[in-house]
Amino acid sequence: MKNFFRVLILSIFFIGFQFNTHAAEKVEYLKTDWSFKGLFGKFDRGSLQRGYQVYTEVCSSCHSMKYLSYRNLAEKGGPEFTELQAKAIAASFEVTDGPNADGDMFTRPGKLSDKFVMPYENVKAAQAANGGAYPPDMSVLVKARGGGVDYIYSLLQGYEDPPVGVTLDDGVYYNKYMYGNKIKMANQLSDDLVEYADGTRATVEQMSKDVTTFLMWAAEPHLESRHRMGFKAIVYLIILTVLVYFSMKRIWSRIETKV
Amino acid sequence: MSDHEYTPKSKVGKWFNDRLPLLTLANHLTEYPTPKNLNYWWTFGGILTFCLITQIVTGLVLAMHYIAHADMAFDSVEHIMRDVNYGWLIRYIHANGASMFFLAVYIHIFRSLFYGSYKAPREIIWIIGIIIYLLMMAAAFMGYVLPWGQMSFWGATVITNLFSAIPLVGEGIVTWLWGGYSVDNPTLTRFFTLHYLIPFLILGLVVLHIWALHVPGNNNPVGIDIKKPSKDTVPFHPYIVIKDGFALLMFMIVFAFFVFYTPNILGHADNYIEADPLVTPAHIVPEWYLLPFYAILRSVPDKLLGVVAMLSAILILAALPWLDTSKIRSAVFRPLYKQFYWILVADVLILGYVGAMPAEGLYLLIARIATAYYFLHFLVILPVLGFKEKTLPTPLSITEPILGGSTNLAVAKNKESLNN
Repeated sequence: MKNFFRVLILSIFFIGFQFNTHAAEKVEYLKTDWSFKGLFGKFDRGSLQRGYQVYTEVCSSCHSMKYLSYRNLAEKGGPEFTELQAKAIAASFEVTDGPNADGDMFTRPGKLSDKFVMPYENVKAAQAANGGAYPPDMSVLVKARGGGVDYIYSLLQGYEDPPVGVTLDDGVYYNKYMYGNKIKMANQLSDDLVEYADGTRATVEQMSKDVTTFLMWAAEPHLESRHRMGFKAIVYLIILTVLVYFSMKRIWSRIETKV
Repeated sequence: MSDHEYTPKSKVGKWFNDRLPLLTLANHLTEYPTPKNLNYWWTFGGILTFCLITQIVTGLVLAMHYIAHADMAFDSVEHIMRDVNYGWLIRYIHANGASMFFLAVYIHIFRSLFYGSYKAPREIIWIIGIIIYLLMMAAAFMGYVLPWGQMSFWGATVITNLFSAIPLVGEGIVTWLWGGYSVDNPTLTRFFTLHYLIPFLILGLVVLHIWALHVPGNNNPVGIDIKKPSKDTVPFHPYIVIKDGFALLMFMIVFAFFVFYTPNILGHADNYIEADPLVTPAHIVPEWYLLPFYAILRSVPDKLLGVVAMLSAILILAALPWLDTSKIRSAVFRPLYKQFYWILVADVLILGYVGAMPAEGLYLLIARIATAYYFLHFLVILPVLGFKEKTLPTPLSITEPILGGSTNLAVAKNKESLNN
């Protein structure tokens, strides 16, 4: 038994490397309470809905979310708009469809089954419109950045005047959380930029938190069921382990050797 | 296989068994005499079997939904994560399962090193094990390429480029491996095919590994030969089955924690960015379980010699039964070897750490010293130690582990003959 705990300690030590390698490059990110962290972590519905609003009104003019569909907005564990609301949201977008019987492409209002409409036709068009920098697709952005949600949350609030001695080219901005501090996206958020339907005051901090929560859900749409299932699975395993432990003791009691 | 003849009780059973002796095999597996003093380090064989089966089953389901095409692979993985029922669960089990597999295999290998399980008459078990380990690394590497993220692409580029170090034919071999002039769709499809094939090769080798084990029987923490069956052994079922089961459940709790609560911590964030041949990531790092060998590769300034050093680091293990000249198996009775063993463990951990760091300055120096020590351990320390070391007296049987030394020898021998 004592040895077994040594196994566990060794395992943790081994895995600890990975944390170290990530920690090495990290600057201190801004901290906030994320409702989706922890064993029972869940998304804050209100925050997800507000985050969607920030995404649509601010980010979506440059950033695509190609893996999301409008139906996702009404699914359990997400922003949980009602189906009617989600349909209305979808219908507010023009979707290119076709070709029709005459061989022509046409536009129509969006449906639940449509993917989020892309801001640009293709990557080249996106680069041309943004000074050569491609605004990354935001579907899995949170998982594609080392610092995850804390990084995105900080970056949105990390715009500053460049320190003395740092010169910036045209269309390049200074951000203290960006890798190398130079970013091609201008500061997008300012207080009361959007008007939240639920009356929450739209401070930069609030909008950053809401949109980051929304991005976390976009990257991990099944996070809530994962946490729920994880808790049940681990409780089940612990109970079974205890039962098996006592059976083992009973069986080995026939032998003088201890287990 | 079994020492004693087995006859099924029922008539049908006897009829069947005479034609295909599956029941004899089942009887052999349940009755298989196992040393009763095996500790929990010995449960990792069963845990590894579980890992292999888990990887194969989850892998089969993933292959039903995955599309091996450079333009669609990344999308299809996201499709699995979002729209396939419990696809996220299956993929996270598979991805973290690879790490768990390696965690278990490293513990299994280091257990062998500590208790001298590779020594005669178990050399073949050991060598098959090393081949399994090599195949595991190949399977894991190719599996990591399949999601077609940035680390997939650039990892594949770095590793396949190693072959270009071979004189004269190197470049040709790399082109042949890629199926083109860079890592691209043909590379992806062949990696997928091989990633599907290798686990079944491993499964076959696992059968041989266990077969070879069942000829001499298990080594044990005391490391002495024991009589089988005797007072020193217990039948595999139920004693070892329940103990392995208990350890497996403990292991599964750790496994579940990773899958459900930190499923991406062992991966690299860059692999959630779709592969882009025009953008090279700042640091290209392999998965954690390959880091020690990556450190060895980078610590040699010459490319060809680096590759040779990395391969030798693994293949040297196959020669271990002959490099270790000591007659005593278990480190329990080898006071000096025990110390060198722990230094080796630390050395490999250090190599893993510097493997994750940029190859420059102090890190590079540490990597070089650690690499040199790694080879020193196997090529110099082990062979010399066998001749120089004063080992402690070993007991005559497991039931009398305290006995030893000349005065007790006669008594012990007498007792042993009484026991049997």
